[in-house]
Amino acid sequence: MQRTAEQIEQDLVWPIFHTSTKYKVAVALASCLVLAGVAVYGYQIWAGIGVWGLNSPVFWAFDITNFVFWIGISHAGTLISAILRLCNATWRRPVTRCAEAITVFSIIIGATIPLCHIGRPWLAYWMIPYPNQRGIWPNFRSPLAWDFFAISTYLTGSVIFLYLPTIPDFATARDAATGLRKKIFRAFALGWQGTPRQWQRLEIAMHIMAIAIVPVAVSVHTIVSWDFSMTLVPMWHSTIFGPYFVVGAIFSGIAALILTMALLRKFLHLEEYLQPIHFNNLGKLLLTMSLLWFYFTFAERLTTWYGNTPSEMDVFWQTIRLHFAPMFWTMVFCNFIIPMPLLAIKRLRTITGTAIASCTILVGMWLERFLIIVPALDHKFLRYTWGTYRPTWVEDTLMAASFGLMTLLYLLFTKFVPMISIWEMKVGLQPHGGGIITTAPSHGKHHGLILEGPLPTDVPE
Amino acid sequence: MPHKWGLVVDLDRCTGCEACVVACRAENNIPTAGDDQAARGRTMQWIRVERYWEGDFPNPSIRFQPVLCQQCDDAPCEPVCPTYASYHTPEGLNAQVYNRCIGTRFCANACPYTVRSFNFFNPKWEMPLNLQLNPDVSVRSVGIMEKCTFCVQRIKSAEIQAEAEKRDLKDGEFTTACAQSCASKALVFGDLNDPDSEVSRLAGSHRGSKLLGELGTKPNVTYLERGTWQDAKNG
Repeated sequence: MQRTAEQIEQDLVWPIFHTSTKYKVAVALASCLVLAGVAVYGYQIWAGIGVWGLNSPVFWAFDITNFVFWIGISHAGTLISAILRLCNATWRRPVTRCAEAITVFSIIIGATIPLCHIGRPWLAYWMIPYPNQRGIWPNFRSPLAWDFFAISTYLTGSVIFLYLPTIPDFATARDAATGLRKKIFRAFALGWQGTPRQWQRLEIAMHIMAIAIVPVAVSVHTIVSWDFSMTLVPMWHSTIFGPYFVVGAIFSGIAALILTMALLRKFLHLEEYLQPIHFNNLGKLLLTMSLLWFYFTFAERLTTWYGNTPSEMDVFWQTIRLHFAPMFWTMVFCNFIIPMPLLAIKRLRTITGTAIASCTILVGMWLERFLIIVPALDHKFLRYTWGTYRPTWVEDTLMAASFGLMTLLYLLFTKFVPMISIWEMKVGLQPHGGGIITTAPSHGKHHGLILEGPLPTDVPE
Repeated sequence: MPHKWGLVVDLDRCTGCEACVVACRAENNIPTAGDDQAARGRTMQWIRVERYWEGDFPNPSIRFQPVLCQQCDDAPCEPVCPTYASYHTPEGLNAQVYNRCIGTRFCANACPYTVRSFNFFNPKWEMPLNLQLNPDVSVRSVGIMEKCTFCVQRIKSAEIQAEAEKRDLKDGEFTTACAQSCASKALVFGDLNDPDSEVSRLAGSHRGSKLLGELGTKPNVTYLERGTWQDAKNG
């Protein structure tokens, strides 16, 4: 059904100004999780990192698993949104903003995890290169130093990438709001008037960001994978890790996006905007990534098996057949066997179908990261040092808190920004490549698409 | 010529008595983790004696293998540390600068020998154990990685002494705590750059090999293979 510009504006601005009881309950629950996480983190700092289940030789486990998981999720937005913008896929319009928001929040969460996991968190700022009384820079040979730069670059870029297309919508919200909200939206709208000159600049800026963010996103997860592959640890020291991690990241990112969209659609009543076609299209992308993921996993396992290096085979059999086998085969089920029919058969590739596949994929991809990290560490070269790992309640709580923080940030964001780009939806109303458009803005005079000249978006032509 | 410190472990001589482990603990202020923590895989030790069994009951044979930091020339632990806490000294030692360590534990993961110990908690020494702490060695706090230093405090004090007396260091003038305490002289420490030192002589033995030498870490610890009666008979 085709909606008019006024209806679009009303539908999409509406969730900002109306808060339901369900919403409040959800915020309260998420806040409880976050508070629990903060409390546990305080306890950990007071008592020592030993309250985690880590030991020798498993010096990294849930912490880095969650770090890689959340940084992986962050590839949902920026990358997908940038690629869809660059490909000029018009169906992307209602999808991009919620994807970009996932990116920003999951990078923030991912970046806080290393702060929790290091032994002396109060000295974390030593990772930052600044002239200091210690007289040394960070060690630029260390993949952890690369991580610091990669993630801070990615976060900066993603925030800009999220913010730019939101400016016209802040203006819309500004015109609809009153009181304190109006002031806040006014500040964020940066004096947006909707003049042709402003549209042109916005278009150029978004185009530049869309192109710039793709290599940044690819490099970020490659560098995360190098935390592992730059060591000699069996099954870590692998050239496949860079692309394997990037594929896994996009895979889990799309799954997170589909799940979020399904929830937004239900709770913000966006049925008219997030339609089955969007889930269908993203479902196809997810299917492609599932196949790619399987290909990479298969290639990694097969080459290890043929190489038959004793130290690697110890880890290999631990995951395939021994202690970690239940987790490994659950992962294969979650990432490949269950999603395959749901995504490949057109009749099943519905909103429910893709949402179910996304849930299993998120579980599977979490397991994948765990299975990369822990079995390799507890079966390093010298058999005498082999160990096991079991998380404690502290790690469990912190992990739950990371999910709580994601939910909380996202919930708060829906009250701050229209979750679907209003102006891009309005552009979608126009015949493709149309000339002069005049839409009548419902409130205010300056934010709408009162344009003369070429269309402001469909970014790159 | 600068010194190049090395150690030889003669597996033929090692009886697995663990005197080296005890001596190291006393010399280097290594805290005891306690039985609960040890059960969770958090023993603190800079040298350990690994035990491997061969054959089944009732005639198993046992092999001991003392493992300490191999002080690699190409140490996997060094490049991965983001704060230069794991650092290569001009004398070729893998130093661990405690004050720089922020506890990423990357070095311990990267170490193929798993010889690094992490302070999961602040160490405690019950009275009167706190009175026996070695004043030459700093005590580490929670969140810091530590490992064998080749008794760098002994190396330094011997070097300073020799310099004050305007002479060269003599082989055997000092040794590490583990080598000093080894009753069967399975551990020999010294300067590999001194061709006449005992450690140079032993390290060149045809029985010598490096632990996980195939990884290319270039360890400065040499293991002398354990022989059998058969070997001895065949000369």
